[in-house]
Formats: sequence, structure tokens, C-alpha cells
Amino acid sequence: MSARAAWRLETIGFGQVYRYVGGKQDWLLARLPVEGRDAGVQRAFDVARRDVPVCRLREPVTDVGRRVADEGWPLAVVVNDVDVVLGRLRPRALAEHPDAIADEIMVPGPRTVRGARPASEMAAWLDERNVLGVLVTDVDGVLVGYVRREDV
Amino acid sequence: MPTSIEREEARSLVDAGAQLVDVLPREEFEELHLAGALSVPLRELDELARSELDPERAVVTYCNDHY
Repeated sequence: MSARAAWRLETIGFGQVYRYVGGKQDWLLARLPVEGRDAGVQRAFDVARRDVPVCRLREPVTDVGRRVADEGWPLAVVVNDVDVVLGRLRPRALAEHPDAIADEIMVPGPRTVRGARPASEMAAWLDERNVLGVLVTDVDGVLVGYVRREDV
Repeated sequence: MPTSIEREEARSLVDAGAQLVDVLPREEFEELHLAGALSVPLRELDELARSELDPERAVVTYCNDHY
């Protein structure tokens, strides 16, 4: 929509026209100032747990497996070198293969939500899918955290 | 050809006096918009651009990305 608007503005005589590609989502995720009725609404990134266990794709899962077991996490997250979410590690797989490389035992393509989603929608979203939590990312798929059902 | 830009360049342009333009429907603008943005919905763009915007100044358009 912003691309079409930018093109149209050029057509009708505007000389310097730019299109902010990330738009509202990107702005919100950067926590920059917003205005309007929903400006104060709590969002998924506000309630996401930042301390979710994380492992790189080529790393052994030994340490992260221990954290998952000790702290009772329902998963560990597998990310690449720029923190894009690639997969998740189940507690059972971590316990059964404590010396594996993450890539060998991860479940690829976990479900995620964007961080700007209103937190008030999260409980219903999780209940509808019968899941205990969901990973939160930014618009580029970079991990923000993990929202647990009990936190919303 | 309009130039595609990222967040930091958008901020710099606005700080330098560019007009920040939300092209979403007005209801969505009233719900939430970037601080300082003007509402120029795409469907009303031809009319509002001429009355609300200065063609001599830079314009930064934006919309939304879905969750």
C-alpha cells in the first residue's frame, strides 16, 4: 500500500518520495513513539520472556539441555548467527541426546508471532491452538522471546 | 522512482523535516500511528496530497505489516 502511494505521489508531482518498508510493525518493535487510541496497549514483546534457552544451529545441546531440565522450560530455541529462529528443541529429545548438535535433533520451523501483536489477544490465540506458549519474533524473524500462557 | 528506506533513514528524514504519511484507512490511523504522522489514506490520496502535503518537501510513506 505504501509503495502504491509513493508511486502515485511521484506521478502527481512530488519530487522526493520515500517508502519506509518496515512501516508500523517495524516502528513498534523498535519501541519508538506512537500515537492513537491503542498507543498504550501492551504487546507480545512486552510480556515475552527474554531468558528462553537458546542454542546455535551447530552447537552441542549439552548446556541448553541442562538449562531446560533444571528450569522446566518446555523448549529451547535454535537460532542462526543473526538470531533468526530456525527450530526448537524438545525437552525429551534433549534428555535422550545430550551430546547431539542442535541441527541433528531440532524440529524445524516453529510457530511464531510478531512482537507487535497486542498481548490481550495472546491468551485466546494460545488457547485456540492448544499450546502453552509461542515464540515471538521481529519482522525479520529474529527471536525476541517466548510468551507463556500463564503470563497472559 | 520512490526510494525504499529502513527505519533509521526514515527517522533521519523526518528529523530533517520530511512529511511522514500514513496511507492506511483512517480508522487504522486513529487506532495507532507513528508519532507525528499525517493521515493520507490511499483511497483519498489524490485529493489530500494536494491540500495537506507540500510537494516541495520530502515525503515518507508507510503502512503496516501483518502480525
